[in-house]
Amino acid sequence: MKCRTCRGPAIIDLPRHNANFCAEHFLQMCRRQVEKAIHDHQMLNKSDRILVAVSGGKDSLAVWDILIDLGYQADGFYVALGIGEYSEESRGYTERFADERGLKLTVVSLRDDYGYDIPTSSRATGRVPCSACGMSKRHLFDKAAIDGGYDVVVTGHNLDDEAAVLFGNALRWDVEYLARQLPVLPSRNGFPKKVKPLIRLSEREMAAWCVVRGIDYIVDECPIAAGNKHIGFKEALNALEENSPGTKASYYLGFLDRMAPVLAGIAASGADSVTPCTRCAAPTGGEEGSFCAFCRLVERSSTHEPVSVELILKKSRSRKRAQSEVAQS
Amino acid sequence: MKVILRNPRREIEIRGRRRVHGLLAELGLPRESHLVIRNGTLVPGDEELDTDDVIEIRPVISGGM
Repeated sequence: MKCRTCRGPAIIDLPRHNANFCAEHFLQMCRRQVEKAIHDHQMLNKSDRILVAVSGGKDSLAVWDILIDLGYQADGFYVALGIGEYSEESRGYTERFADERGLKLTVVSLRDDYGYDIPTSSRATGRVPCSACGMSKRHLFDKAAIDGGYDVVVTGHNLDDEAAVLFGNALRWDVEYLARQLPVLPSRNGFPKKVKPLIRLSEREMAAWCVVRGIDYIVDECPIAAGNKHIGFKEALNALEENSPGTKASYYLGFLDRMAPVLAGIAASGADSVTPCTRCAAPTGGEEGSFCAFCRLVERSSTHEPVSVELILKKSRSRKRAQSEVAQS
Repeated sequence: MKVILRNPRREIEIRGRRRVHGLLAELGLPRESHLVIRNGTLVPGDEELDTDDVIEIRPVISGGM
């Protein structure tokens, strides 16, 4: 296989582009896709102070690397989730990435700073672990950006992530979620601006970026997330992509071009008023004088006896077994 | 050739030469959700893999939202 640009030996074939690329021109293609996303959706300015939400995985380290490569000023923010060895390893990858490049990284630990971890909060609140995790991270990213005076939070959501979320929202016809599924959330009501520069690049392309650039990242899947619904949606979309390359990009980018404008009125009407949380002052949609969801989660989780990852996995396996038996009966 | 698989990490031995897409198909692994790496370098779908190669097949799907 030859590189589409220089005719040298290719290192990767990308069926959705009907093209193969050598390392140099693969990186060039990725940079151009990120620049196009940033330009088309007015995500970032070169003068912005950017906070990148990093996890130690391929997408967040890749987006941090690409932004620095493109000349942006970007610091990292990592939340230690307390998911056993997985969290320890992912923190190590993140810290090494930042150290080797002289980048500023702030680390917050749920256990050390807030008295809980994700397995414990899942058990204490009855939330599924991915829900407790997502809510904790969103709150802490917002807080870090506001407290640190950052202009914008960058996340590593890629084309596959967004297509899978879109698929899930469309399966449920969740119109409000569909209306809000945009690559830029503007700053408002005390929330920071949030952007997703990787929406034009697939998961496979982001993993390839890391391999070509020599970025070590945590390859193993989060043990708690393994087998969740979101991964099932990705697998379904990948099955379509194998038979019809370009399906995911056409689905999600077509949504942004043609469906999001139709839903814009719904997104605007959903911009509810917020009040400050009585405890932490973060904006919350609850009644005046109430705590935000994060403070409620901290209150219940930090007083609960610590719960191990293994216990959560055991519970999850037995729930799936029961669901499977019901489905078969 | 020795093939390293992930999630969970394990090694298998494959006898004889294979092209990359042939190896993935044989193992039932979709191309869209895997990279094939030889000596730290990506290898494209039509590349022939030798009997003494050490190959990593790396899954790329992650589940965070």
